[in-house]
Amino acid sequence: MTELPVVAVVVFPGSNDDRDASWALGAVGADPVLVWHEETELPPKTGAVVLPGGFSYGDYLRSGAIASLSPAMGAVRRFAAAGGPVLGICNGFQILCEAGLLPGALRPNAQLEFVCRDARLRVENADTLFTRRCEEGQELVIPVKHGEGAWYADDGHFMQLGARGQIVLRYTEHVNGSLGNVAGVVNESGNVMGLMPHPEHAVDPLLGSADGGLLLAALLDAAAEHVLAAA
Amino acid sequence: MRATVLVRPKQGILDPQGEAVEGSLRKLGFQVGAIRVGRVIDVELEAGDPDVARAEVERMCSELLANPLIESVEIRLEER
Repeated sequence: MTELPVVAVVVFPGSNDDRDASWALGAVGADPVLVWHEETELPPKTGAVVLPGGFSYGDYLRSGAIASLSPAMGAVRRFAAAGGPVLGICNGFQILCEAGLLPGALRPNAQLEFVCRDARLRVENADTLFTRRCEEGQELVIPVKHGEGAWYADDGHFMQLGARGQIVLRYTEHVNGSLGNVAGVVNESGNVMGLMPHPEHAVDPLLGSADGGLLLAALLDAAAEHVLAAA
Repeated sequence: MRATVLVRPKQGILDPQGEAVEGSLRKLGFQVGAIRVGRVIDVELEAGDPDVARAEVERMCSELLANPLIESVEIRLEER
């Protein structure tokens, strides 16, 4: 039997979707390993990293700001710099933006309310490590649950990101006041992605949608490729 | 020295918190214009030289205290 790809799920104080993410990754065929934020190295043969949702450090200062300086983030930075695939979900997206690994910033929702419901998303770019199991223009239903999900970048940068295909997912409707209805972005080299919706909560039709599984399964493909390339 | 760092949402950035406070002040009968809500951070510093202190606080701001993409910063220094 071939080894399952190891996906490191980093756990910060205040993370609360780490176990859901592990469960969902296991369901699509990964070997998920929880990594405490004080660790300075990722597990051997790590093929991908997931930064899960939650409220790391109680969202003190700015969501994700304190967590972005955790020791484990040093290891995540090195992993990303070596081309390793990294997916940040919700608070994980906020952490990646604060760490400067993804463009933009996440602001409080325009309607000042926590939003918790299924969101309809459109795949803007299917040519990424994370969306290649989808088709361009495909609509996905994946739940959101956040108070600070309004993604922002300045105008010039926003245009540039769009032109480069770094805007990967958009909401098909107003959800949180996000600029251009952006729900997910990828870095310039294409191996780090962040999104506010929770793919780990959408891996079984019984729970309303299995569309999140498309993103997680693509992450697994990328993990397997990364391990092979690194071997 | 002691530094007071005033962090505000940048001009042009939507500040829903400020809007909510503005609405509530109007409900109380106050005639107010736009309200913006930011954050105050007091920092006690070992440095005694104002230039050194300011440079240090500026670094703190760019590395952690503020996100320059969405926030502006004003630093005030005083003797402890």
